[in-house]
Amino acid sequence: MKLVIGIVRPEQANQVLEALHRAEVRGFSMSRVQGHGGEVERVETYRGTTVQMGLSEKVRFEVAVSDSFVDKAVSAICEGGRTGEVGDGKIFVVPLDHAVRIRTGDTDEGAVTPVSR
Amino acid sequence: MNAGIDTGDTAWMLIATALVLMMTPALGLFYAGLVRSKNTLNTFMMSIAAIAVATVTWAAVGYSLAFDGGGALIGGLGNAFMQGVDFAPREGTAIPELVFFAFQATFCIITVALISGAVVERMRFGAFLVFAALWSVLVYAVLAHWAFGGGWLISGGTLDFAGGVPVEMASGFSALAAALVVGARKEWGRQALLPHNAVYVLLGAGLLWFGWFGFNGGSGFSTGQNSVLAFTNTLLCPACTLVVWFALDLIRGRKVTAIGAATAIIVGCVAITPAGGYVSPGWAMLLGALAALPSYAIIVWRTRTRVDETLDVLAAHGTAGFFGILFIGFFAQANWNGVSDGLFYGNAAQLGDQALAALAAPIYAFVVTFVLLKLIGAVMPLRATDREEAMGMDVVQHGEEAYVTGEGAILLLPDDVGKAAVPVADPG
Repeated sequence: MKLVIGIVRPEQANQVLEALHRAEVRGFSMSRVQGHGGEVERVETYRGTTVQMGLSEKVRFEVAVSDSFVDKAVSAICEGGRTGEVGDGKIFVVPLDHAVRIRTGDTDEGAVTPVSR
Repeated sequence: MNAGIDTGDTAWMLIATALVLMMTPALGLFYAGLVRSKNTLNTFMMSIAAIAVATVTWAAVGYSLAFDGGGALIGGLGNAFMQGVDFAPREGTAIPELVFFAFQATFCIITVALISGAVVERMRFGAFLVFAALWSVLVYAVLAHWAFGGGWLISGGTLDFAGGVPVEMASGFSALAAALVVGARKEWGRQALLPHNAVYVLLGAGLLWFGWFGFNGGSGFSTGQNSVLAFTNTLLCPACTLVVWFALDLIRGRKVTAIGAATAIIVGCVAITPAGGYVSPGWAMLLGALAALPSYAIIVWRTRTRVDETLDVLAAHGTAGFFGILFIGFFAQANWNGVSDGLFYGNAAQLGDQALAALAAPIYAFVVTFVLLKLIGAVMPLRATDREEAMGMDVVQHGEEAYVTGEGAILLLPDDVGKAAVPVADPG
């Protein structure tokens, strides 16, 4: 089991969702985050106060998957998130010790595998 | 005080002018709520830009072309740069021409702002400024002359109390042309593009309704009977549109929607705009109820087409304005308006005059706007690049964001500004 964390542009988030859906990755969560990854900073001016925006809005996907789905999830996030310009984001894959489905008490692989309702 | 000026009329028209001016920021708020958060400021700024640009063009030539003389197609240049616009009463009214000028200017402003609804989220701000300046003269001033200023429609007998021709049909059908020339947003038809703040939408619609009492109530240029009738009809008609819209929402989706309600307010106000001073309160209520149907149908149908007329200016303004203009031809009542009866009261000719306006205004507005935008597009790009569209027009066009948190913002001291990173609009 792995936790795949993908940090992408907010405007690409819907593309990532589509790609994950096509890859049959069904369970994930997403959140809005702010980050900095070396992209060209934006300069904004508010009534004469000029600021350099060091943080950019990003969307963070977290997908817990069984080992056979890791590559699918990673390539789906890559495919959906890529524009080719600096600032497209990063993907991190980290090991996952334990998972529990709250409703049933299923653990580990059983907890991260979708069930048909 | 000049001879022939009525202080009561003048006092009301001063207030009505301010009410109508407020409608444009209200429209900006309404539109801003309907777009995605990354385009909030740009959308709002298009309305503010209309105040800036259309006021200047109106003072320069627009007012004169609309209201100087009784030429069939266009007015003269006798009032260009506000020559002769002073304290003397405007012909046919008892208010100073200066007040008349300002009141009419606010109409030109909001009409220009209305069209922006068709092109938000992708049109370049600079191109919109150029379009606004030219459109306010080539389309608004001409149609205002036809319907208000002594042109062929009003002299032929067409009744248009507060702007079904130059404001509502002109903006609606110009919006359709603008949407076709500028083209759809890149995600249109593939992704759900949702309103980001329904509270702005409701508040904007509410403030528009408030301002509309000046818009319709002021269009008699007096405190006389037509003005009073139009004022009260501006309450009755949109309320009935709301009720019917609720019913349509319930039938269609089993829920009454907030954004639907905001839309209904606009549709009802638009429908009563041409008819306000000409139909009885009872007919105004029927007008409001019936006007909901075609606009609702077009909104439902339009989202299934390829046309990204983004904020439904055609459905809300073009269609309801068209409906209101024709409605006068059926239900105008001389014993309420003192001017003319409609078909229902034995004067079929009035319907003919109304139909003529309902045909001429959409064609003129659509064709001229289409050609005008094609010509502007030949000189400068009309829309932002796909990349800029993805980032959002607020940052790209204005270098500001509507919902900035300040986290991670580093203050640049005056000495550093030139050395800072490249602004985002020019990342090359």
